[in-house]
Amino acid sequence: MINYIIRRILQAIPQLFIISILLFLLMQSFGDPVATLGARTPPKPEDKERLRRQLGLDQPMYVQYVVWLVGNDWMLIDMDGDGVGETPGKRRGVLRGDWGQSLVTRLPVTQMIAERLPNTLILMLTVEVIIIIFSLFIGVFSALKQYSFWDNLITTVSFVGYSMPVFWLALMMIYIFAVGFKRMGLPYLPTVGMFDPQVGKTTMEVIRHMILPVATLSIISVAGYSRYVRSSMLEVLNQDYIRTARAKGLERWAVVSRHALKNASLPFVTLIGLDLPFLLAGAVVTERIFAWPGMGRLFLDHVARADFPVLMGILMLIAVAVVVFQLLTDIVYSFLDPRIRLN
Amino acid sequence: MTATSSSSPEKLGFETITIESRSPLQLAWRRFRKHKMAMVGVGILLLLVVYVTIGGILLSKGYCAPLGRELRYEAWSNCTDTSKVRQPPSIEHLFGTDSIGRDILARTIYGGQISIMIGVTAATVGVILGTLIGSISAYYGGWIDNILMRFTEAMLNIPSLFLLIVAAKFFSGKIPDIAIFGRQMTGNVVFIILIIGLTSWMYLARIVRANVLSLRELDYVSAAKALGSSNARIIFTHLLPNTLAPVIVAATLGVAGAILNEAYVSFLGLGIPSQITATWGNMLDGSYQYLEVAPWLWFFPGTFILLTVLSINFIGDGLRDAFDPRSIRHL
Repeated sequence: MINYIIRRILQAIPQLFIISILLFLLMQSFGDPVATLGARTPPKPEDKERLRRQLGLDQPMYVQYVVWLVGNDWMLIDMDGDGVGETPGKRRGVLRGDWGQSLVTRLPVTQMIAERLPNTLILMLTVEVIIIIFSLFIGVFSALKQYSFWDNLITTVSFVGYSMPVFWLALMMIYIFAVGFKRMGLPYLPTVGMFDPQVGKTTMEVIRHMILPVATLSIISVAGYSRYVRSSMLEVLNQDYIRTARAKGLERWAVVSRHALKNASLPFVTLIGLDLPFLLAGAVVTERIFAWPGMGRLFLDHVARADFPVLMGILMLIAVAVVVFQLLTDIVYSFLDPRIRLN
Repeated sequence: MTATSSSSPEKLGFETITIESRSPLQLAWRRFRKHKMAMVGVGILLLLVVYVTIGGILLSKGYCAPLGRELRYEAWSNCTDTSKVRQPPSIEHLFGTDSIGRDILARTIYGGQISIMIGVTAATVGVILGTLIGSISAYYGGWIDNILMRFTEAMLNIPSLFLLIVAAKFFSGKIPDIAIFGRQMTGNVVFIILIIGLTSWMYLARIVRANVLSLRELDYVSAAKALGSSNARIIFTHLLPNTLAPVIVAATLGVAGAILNEAYVSFLGLGIPSQITATWGNMLDGSYQYLEVAPWLWFFPGTFILLTVLSINFIGDGLRDAFDPRSIRHL
């Protein structure tokens, strides 16, 4: 077990390096981050030049990567442009916990992510809980009534849900539950942001603002997940030990919940475990439509400004989370299913 | 390949029995035809294809006031009439007009052609890449497999939409306009196709790899090797045909995925610019700002995307069942 974990971690390290190099390469041609800086008066060319030097953007790509990775506090930087380094660098690099500063806001990347992450987690964890509950319920029901009217109906509806573009559903929801209800004089739901600034960030206010985005994301994902639960449930229900359990006269409920569902939920655990790290990413399109101040919005806003330290921070955070959760999922799985041995 | 054989001569007094043998593909086709939702999907998809092709010939012409003459075809879909901004659906403009006064009906037709074209070509790119990488990885094994699979995993560790956005940004604003089939088109179309293809091959590569890994141990592959077949020949004529089913399913679903991906990227304003090339995706860009006052801006292109993706997913599901010999339901 310990050997297995160590080997997996050792495998993950080159993988994370590949990801970071790949992303860094892609981001180099995002355009000039300095070009979009400056407020009403565009900065003078020589100011831009100085800014580039200060931010280290004048360096060749591999130097920028090394600085991003291990920092530059061991070398002297040429700030005044005379070709001789004189200012000691201050950055310590990702490997030593310094994720750099945003080129746009000059705030530490970690701080910017830490501001947004809770917002995204509130939204996405709620969605995940709803998805798990509903898809288990719908999937099991559907499997027990295989090929019945209800099963066919659920299958068809879940296909429609699964195929629905998220923006279409989101706009539909807004049009019905915000615009439509407002026109009919009914109490309507808010569609923008996390809370109404006039009311303040109260729990009720955040919940009210969460209803539409959560509903949108849940409807789309429940569809896919419940089909998964249904098929793994059907597989288990055809096993001999289920027939044995029925034959010895166990109640239907006991057979379903204790014998079938327990085994059928094993692959579901894997699915959820592998999905969890991606929750950190938030939902780009949904956050954009509902103006939810989460990670997806942070990412989009800073893509537009070619702010690569922030983008690298977000993407590497997710990549590390994916690696960690893959490992955790494997370990949990080996505890849940004694047939699996990690070695 | 229907072989009819009379198994016994008449004169002996036996009843003549005709045995029809069917190839696996014919069996799959029979199962597919019995799959109701798949057939509904085929129907919807055909209607959509008719809409974007024949509809383009019949429906799309009109008087373009700023130019002072009647326009047809794609030129009509790009006719900007700022005196008719965001008009609700009417007889003149069946689907209404958009934020700069273009006819939405004409744009759904020409945008549809581009969206479907992007879907098919991007899925083709993804399928070719996925199949090649998967089969090469499994067939050669060793360090090639190791490198290719680490790379695949690295790509899978980044959320796909993020990867797509980064790639779209990478290529944005560098491409001159191009002409395909006599049609002027934003060069971004080609790059969107490429980046969607380049970011959507990973799952298929893993499936193909798993299949080829088990196939290459079979005796007939050893026989082919013993006969001196080249590696390329073994991969293309012996291994890949036997893993065709998942490839076909992935290709079908890939078309839906590519159409959705184009829509997401264009919706976020990072995809294809809408000036000379409409797509269902870029028709949606910015439309949500007029959600309340002009729902027709997003409703029509959004619904076309939904219908296309839905019908393709139904077809994909039908194909999956049809190719799976264990699915007794549709026999």
